[in-house]
Amino acid sequence: MEGEVKGSKLEQANQVKLKKKKKKRNGDPFSGWQENLSGYLFIGPMFLGTSILVLFPIIASLVLSFTDWNFVSGFKSASFVGIENFKTLFDNDIFLKSLKNNFLILLAIPVTLMISLSIAVIINKYIYFKDLFKVIFFMPFISSVVAVAVVFRVLFHPSEGPVNQLLMSLGVNDPPGWISDVSFALPSVMIIMIWTGIGFNLIIYLAGLQNIPKELYEAAQIDGASAWYQFTKITVPLVSPTTFLLMITGIISSFKIFDLIIVLTDGGPANATITPVVYLYQQAFLELKTGYASSIALVMFIIILIITYLQFVGQKKWVNY
Amino acid sequence: MKTDIDIRKITMTVVMAIFGILFLMPFIWMISASLKIEEEVLTFPIQWIPETWNAVANYKEVWTGDMPFLLLYWNSIKVTVLTTITSVLVSGLAAYGFAKINFKGRELLFIVVLATYMIPPQTLLVTQFLLFRWLGLYDTHTGLILLNSFSVFGTFMLRQFYLGISNEIIESARMDGAGHFRIFFNIALPLVRPAIATYAILRFIWTWNDFQYPLIFLRSEALYTIQLGVQSFGDQHGSIYTLMMAASVSAIVPLLIIFIIGQKHVIEGIQLGGVKG
Repeated sequence: MEGEVKGSKLEQANQVKLKKKKKKRNGDPFSGWQENLSGYLFIGPMFLGTSILVLFPIIASLVLSFTDWNFVSGFKSASFVGIENFKTLFDNDIFLKSLKNNFLILLAIPVTLMISLSIAVIINKYIYFKDLFKVIFFMPFISSVVAVAVVFRVLFHPSEGPVNQLLMSLGVNDPPGWISDVSFALPSVMIIMIWTGIGFNLIIYLAGLQNIPKELYEAAQIDGASAWYQFTKITVPLVSPTTFLLMITGIISSFKIFDLIIVLTDGGPANATITPVVYLYQQAFLELKTGYASSIALVMFIIILIITYLQFVGQKKWVNY
Repeated sequence: MKTDIDIRKITMTVVMAIFGILFLMPFIWMISASLKIEEEVLTFPIQWIPETWNAVANYKEVWTGDMPFLLLYWNSIKVTVLTTITSVLVSGLAAYGFAKINFKGRELLFIVVLATYMIPPQTLLVTQFLLFRWLGLYDTHTGLILLNSFSVFGTFMLRQFYLGISNEIIESARMDGAGHFRIFFNIALPLVRPAIATYAILRFIWTWNDFQYPLIFLRSEALYTIQLGVQSFGDQHGSIYTLMMAASVSAIVPLLIIFIIGQKHVIEGIQLGGVKG
């Protein structure tokens, strides 16, 4: 291995020499500026697209968030209002409720993780037809969220939906109204989130499980450790880096849930399922408050930045072997 | 001893199979309802196999009715295929540039591109919307295609694969006088074909399922993609469950087929990137 590395370094050195020779000889096929130019040409489209679609909008929303403006009325009607938008925002009950809802939604993440890890362990070790089971549990994840929401709207129908009919036939006299009930709407959203999220988490866990040395389980088996003991003392601690990764992606993607809520409840009933993203959408595209909506975008941006920062810090402390 | 273990494994498989069927119940219910007549959809206990078949009429209404899925399909296929091709090309080029060309400022530019990955796309919607109206890209398929074509995920993932190609192959091609573009198309691209396939399938699935961009950036019904179509179909026929389910089946099934064909690629790609769409 080392020999190889040295060999390739030698070769590189040779090639550098060769390049230099060639450069001197015939005014150069690989000189600096040509290499630079082809570099910029290759990354050009990507960089241009990112600049126009991401970097510029971020700066523009920063500016817009300090204005009172409705895009229909043209640039002239925009007026600078300082931090007025942010004051209004943090006084607004609906926005505060949307933040609270988003934090409640986070409770679905540990549940998803527990179910996914259990299924991953079972698929990994205790059953036949592993690939078939992977496909089964992955299906909701790749299915269109819109169509899934449409189906659950019927399944969760308060009086005639199959879920409540089943509950009633089992003797539950007063089943919850699910998505049309103020206190059950958010849990319904979370149930669907868990259902669709299992596939993704399971697949990542399966990859994580491959990294646990088999010898550990063999040793534990020789010592007569039960399957449960192996799970809690070997699997759970050793898979913790994956758990951490999944928790972070789970938290970040919880701030992106949009399709499901728009199609399932549209933020209702009585704002029971509103989230910052849905509120942003309503303010920007239904109420046409461009400046105000930009300030929501900025607050969300900062929240995500904080979470990402915590991820860097937490990674060192939380992940242990 | 050996047979003992097998019996446990068989039992476990059976238990998981039952759990798996329960897990897929919403899909099974959806397909079953789409084949029935309206009166039988909500009967209880659930009639999994329709008593009166009405599949042809239901699907005919969905595919050729006033929100014709034929058109939605065409729009979705057009947008998804063009997005996938553009995105693979843009990401492939950038990935090669970042991995194999030594140009000034490479590290810095890569960090800038990578950093944009954390930004939640919704925070950009308002200004992107204004920008697209100004550029005349609002309510066009071109705009929609552009929105999904610049993928940091794709660039990052393909770059990892290019880093795995030894520099010697590229150096020796360059000694023979080939430029970077020829090397890219004739050597680099074929070498990372599995990675390209993985990314292409993922991009296809994500674009096909995309609802947010079409909702905000399209207005004309004639341009609607399938996800938008299912939603507005729901607004019109929300109370006719058989049609709603037939529409949902139509939106989900093509993708399931692509997934089942490319499942190995999809699962590997997801594991590699560790990200959600």
